[in-house]
Amino acid sequence: MHERIAAAKPASRAANGAGWRRLIGIQELGILAIFLLWCTFLSLTTTTFLTPTNVFNMLRAFSWIAIAAFGECLVILTAGIDLSVGSNMALSGLGAALLLTWGAPVWLAVLGGMLVGTLVGLVNGLLVTRFQLPAFIATLGMMSIARGITYGATGGWPVRGLPKEFNRLGQYDLPVGEWGVPVPVLVMLVLAVFTSIFLGRTTNGRHIYAVGGNEEAARVSGINNRRLKLLVYTACGFFAAAGGILMTARLGVAAPTAADGYELDIIAAVVIGGVSLFGGEGTILGVLIGAALMQTIRTGLNLLGFPTYWQPAAIGAVIIFAIMFDRWQKGRSIQA
Amino acid sequence: MSSQQTPIVEMRNIHKRFGAVQALRGVDLELYPGEILGLVGDNAAGKSTLMKVLSGAYLPNEGDILLHGQPAHIANPEDSRRLGIEMVYQDFALCNNLDVAANVFLGREVVRWRLGSLRWMNKRTMEQRARTMLDRLRIDISSVRLRVENLSGGQRQAVAIGRAIAFDAKVIIMDEPTAALSVAAIDKVLDLISSLREHGASIIIISHRLEDIFRIGDRVAVLRQGRKVADRPVAGDIHEFREQVVAYMVGARDDYGSENDGENGAVRSPSPVNA
Ligand SMILES: Nc1ncnc2c1ncn2[C@@H]1O[C@H](COP(=O)(O)OP(=O)(O)O)[C@@H](O)[C@H]1O
Ligand SMILES: [Mg+2]
Repeated sequence: MHERIAAAKPASRAANGAGWRRLIGIQELGILAIFLLWCTFLSLTTTTFLTPTNVFNMLRAFSWIAIAAFGECLVILTAGIDLSVGSNMALSGLGAALLLTWGAPVWLAVLGGMLVGTLVGLVNGLLVTRFQLPAFIATLGMMSIARGITYGATGGWPVRGLPKEFNRLGQYDLPVGEWGVPVPVLVMLVLAVFTSIFLGRTTNGRHIYAVGGNEEAARVSGINNRRLKLLVYTACGFFAAAGGILMTARLGVAAPTAADGYELDIIAAVVIGGVSLFGGEGTILGVLIGAALMQTIRTGLNLLGFPTYWQPAAIGAVIIFAIMFDRWQKGRSIQA
Repeated sequence: MSSQQTPIVEMRNIHKRFGAVQALRGVDLELYPGEILGLVGDNAAGKSTLMKVLSGAYLPNEGDILLHGQPAHIANPEDSRRLGIEMVYQDFALCNNLDVAANVFLGREVVRWRLGSLRWMNKRTMEQRARTMLDRLRIDISSVRLRVENLSGGQRQAVAIGRAIAFDAKVIIMDEPTAALSVAAIDKVLDLISSLREHGASIIIISHRLEDIFRIGDRVAVLRQGRKVADRPVAGDIHEFREQVVAYMVGARDDYGSENDGENGAVRSPSPVNA
């Protein structure tokens, strides 16, 4: 050991950087650069990409994925995982839809749907904390249970004929200046701001990073790890419900097959956004960019005439590339 | 250090098992106000475990802890911190993904306002106080916004110590604070520990470096296979001290609790027990 207390290493880039550098970490910068390059490329090669209609369509299309991804981000920051988010989106949306068909007013239906999703998250949290199940197993089971309930409760048939006032939640465009901003996009932005502030400014937020960084250190610092994990899984259910209800309102129908496979898109958005699966690293801003990148890749491949059936393969390749990039960058910053 | 005084910490008959491993088999330990107690012993003797019981990281299977003569209930690290006990863990117990200020204040952030369980942190105050603390201890870290993973081993140790003493702890436990350090850094840490005592703290220091205990310690307790086998003031010259302590550590000498707990204890051949 040649360590000396007096020997300060050169300050890292992060510490020297200006204010905006602190806001946007190195991680997000990389993914942001890729995102901007891809968008520039699409703007130059197609005439339809950079139009207000297309931009808002894309925003709307990824808004509920992004919203659910915020919750997933909280869980992954503690080095956990929630595989049940997709099923939970469908179940929460269905909960709201069923309440509507039984004559409940819109506010009550939304509240009921939110409650269903949050409850699913709470159960996940209890399975992980109280019953000490590995998160992967607990939420894999919950993924199947939630999906099973959507099939069981509907007999496999979609719930149609939802009231217009409900559908407006997903379909109405709020006029802002000369644009119409879809409600789900607004909800996404508001939730992004709140979650970012929560993570960056509150003690609970900091403790989430601490638990992900070194669980034992967090524990001996007096942090209640269990309570915190319960909180993130419950919050994840809450976010999934918000996304699921907006998605259902947009589609105007609650199908038991809705949001099928979304858990992968959601986790991919989180990971592409620079959140480490090992916990403790990443931001909501990164997740937002990650979700946006996923969407522009989908849309872009369509606009470029890339065959639809091949798209999952392309998305998968992007995920793998993003993680390799992450590794490479980490290795570099450790050597630096 | 008269034994007439009430100990600030008194541990009685502490037992701790990990499955089949009996890490502690009925240890008594006292710490007196303003004293530096050295806790030594071979690997796996139970030193860290005993101190983790005191810091609330482990619950003992049996035994009591008294603070200022009063029974204390220490069920978790938060309890012990509230009672004024701080521990510097052997593995530092820092979050490498957080910056220096965040680590110093982890678990007791300065809060600007709160709304239910939402607490808004006062980051600036924490950064300023962390800076002041580092300066006071003359710890050379260029910015409190540095992530801990970018620090050297010595700097990390300094942060871990600083974090334990930033809150005016009455009792400070240090587990091998000099293990990962160079000679120059060790000197600095030892001076730091001595100065803590001058500020009124009582300190337990675990170390395998007997010369460190000799230099700053008032008393030394020796653990061997989960039992306390010696407890005596630090006195005499370093060679004599080392010889005696090592004899207890390896079991060559085992006379603790006999009538004349002093210089003329029985010397036995090492017992053939595996550690
Ligand atoms: N968390 C644990 N789980 C299981 N065994 C442990 C644990 N902590 C310590 N031990 C065991 O207890 C004994 C004492 O360990 P420790 O207190 O770390 O010794 P020391 O610090 O004196 O080297 C060892 O045999 C060790 O393996
Ligand atoms: Mg130890």
